Amino acid sequence: MLSSHTLNNKRLRLAYFDCVLTSSVLLIMSTLITSVAQAAEVISIKPAPNLHIRTLAASCAACHGTNGNPINVKNFTALPILAGLDTQYFITQMLAFKSGERPATVMHHHAKGLTIDEINLLAIYFSQQKRISGISPKPQLLKADHE
Amino acid sequence: MSKSHPTFDKLDPLNPSANQHLLNRRNFIKSLSLGSYGLMANGLIATGLLGSQNAMALASKPPLGHVVIIGGGYAGTTAAKYIRMWSLNNIAVTVIEKSSQFVSCPVSNLVLGGSKNINELTFGYDLVQKNHGIEWVHDEVTGIDTVARKVKMARGEISYDRLIIAPGIDFMYESLPNLATEEAQQLVPNAWKAGWQTVNLRKQLEALSDGSIFVMSIPKAPYRCPPGPYERACQVASYFKAHKPASKVIVLDANAEIISKKALFTKVFNEMYANMIDYRPNSLIVEVDVANKTAKTEFETVEADVLNIIPPQRAGKAAQILSLNNIDKRWCEVDFLTYESKIAANVHVIGDSVSSGLPKSAHMATSQARVCASAIVALMSQQQPDPAPVFANTCYSYVNDKMAIHVANVYRYDATKKIMLAADGGGVSDKPSELEASYAAAWANNIWSDVLT
Ligand SMILES: Cc1cc2nc3c(=O)[nH]c(=O)nc-3n(C[C@H](O)[C@H](O)[C@H](O)COP(=O)(O)OP(=O)(O)OC[C@H]3O[C@@H](n4cnc5c(N)ncnc54)[C@H](O)[C@@H]3O)c2cc1C
Repeated sequence: MLSSHTLNNKRLRLAYFDCVLTSSVLLIMSTLITSVAQAAEVISIKPAPNLHIRTLAASCAACHGTNGNPINVKNFTALPILAGLDTQYFITQMLAFKSGERPATVMHHHAKGLTIDEINLLAIYFSQQKRISGISPKPQLLKADHE
Repeated sequence: MSKSHPTFDKLDPLNPSANQHLLNRRNFIKSLSLGSYGLMANGLIATGLLGSQNAMALASKPPLGHVVIIGGGYAGTTAAKYIRMWSLNNIAVTVIEKSSQFVSCPVSNLVLGGSKNINELTFGYDLVQKNHGIEWVHDEVTGIDTVARKVKMARGEISYDRLIIAPGIDFMYESLPNLATEEAQQLVPNAWKAGWQTVNLRKQLEALSDGSIFVMSIPKAPYRCPPGPYERACQVASYFKAHKPASKVIVLDANAEIISKKALFTKVFNEMYANMIDYRPNSLIVEVDVANKTAKTEFETVEADVLNIIPPQRAGKAAQILSLNNIDKRWCEVDFLTYESKIAANVHVIGDSVSSGLPKSAHMATSQARVCASAIVALMSQQQPDPAPVFANTCYSYVNDKMAIHVANVYRYDATKKIMLAADGGGVSDKPSELEASYAAAWANNIWSDVLT
């Protein structure tokens, strides 16, 4: 069923879906995706992502940048680049934060709230993201007409 | 259809130059609909309103629809960017924002402390617009018609398939009528929306002589940024300690106790700012004498040299238009899987306006925005949204110019209660540290990058 879509990595996609969707929902979604793809020739370009993991991963952006690409500014500690990170390394570190084996200021509060499944899937998600350098918006003078 | 798209009817497809003046108008987008999109996109290339690459993509691929977003703050701008990214640009997005600049509330307390300047927290919207092909309308929303699916602004109107309302907060001056005017707020600024009031409050602090009294008040929770007022007390005290050491900070808190990072702030107040910060719980402000800078609580009258009243708050005015603020007539009830309003179909609410029981923070606003963006892309592609969203929130507070503390949690959808709940394992810093101040700076710079580029 899944192989009917354009997929680079079938195992990855299966893992993604297993996490959050029952097979019946999957069947419905798969049908819907196909029909939308045929109608609009839009969705078929990329495999349907795992919405759960993608949204969770995106909430890391406040510190680790869009899609795991943090910006690097001189006056503060650069945070780990998650994009393209080795999956095994990601998993080992997150589990060490979770167990308390690796001391942390902040990360243990996040790692402990995640399930093992989520950590595994986040590892795959971030490893698939392209490394690019994050950009900063340019500061401006506050204008007179602002509140 | 034609009735709700008057501009489109006037366009002449055979005579592009005749269309230019129509398309050039700020409200050109009101003719946007699935059927007209190709023509619109061509017209927009001609007028230079859209980059040709974006316009070509729009012209050759029919979009899945049009989302209009009211408010380009942390929540609205994030939703705009992620809808574009996650729909592979197949959903058209228009943001209506009344201000031409983005001024960050996070870090704005450091302007009061003196270690930051407001111009370091002020940004333009150019990059995020350009990088993601977002239409941007600089106007103020005044009305919403959910039947015709149209948003009315001071200078035009726009049709939508789905609407996101992200206007932040509105101040409730009913209980403090003396503070309602601009003149009153010149004398007694709230500085709870970063901007000129922040600058004004800093100037008032700078003008003080040593031995002066700064009085600030905190409304009953829920309000924007639970730890923010305590951070502010620390920032002003930090400035006094270095430059006006005989001065005092009196904190009049309407709550029964410090409501965020309590143990940490208590320790900082008692140790770092002993004899400087005077914290008074259960101190609801009932009246303000603006001219004399005096605040009255139920129990006492407190005189100030500089007075900073943070008024009680509710959902932003744009959310009040449809009476979406159904919880206590203040906050908006939503479905936490999609952030669709419980009051109006196809209308979503995100950010501080939402009634969630969770801290109203910028990080939270962006997380809600992404869950909403993901759900809208799914719904508009006939897919099912994530049935169990999970996201993270980290909130830093600076206790002086060099050290910070945090509170961090993962939040998980509870299918029985149908709300987002804190997962086990969250918590706060052991103690203030310079390392965390460095992480706080990284947080600010990365969230600005994520939201604004
Ligand atoms: C002093 C202070 C410190 C803070 N520190 C932190 C921190 O360290 N970390 C953190 O996570 N959070 C912090 N916060 C909280 C954070 O600022 C808010 O939670 C966040 O801004 C909420 O985002 P929002 O998009 O809902 O609202 P906003 O960011 O306020 O955006 C709303 C936007 O809508 C626009 N708008 C409103 N009405 C209309 C209309 N009718 N038409 C057009 N446009 C309209 C406004 O101009 C504004 O740009 C702090 C807040 C304050 C006040």
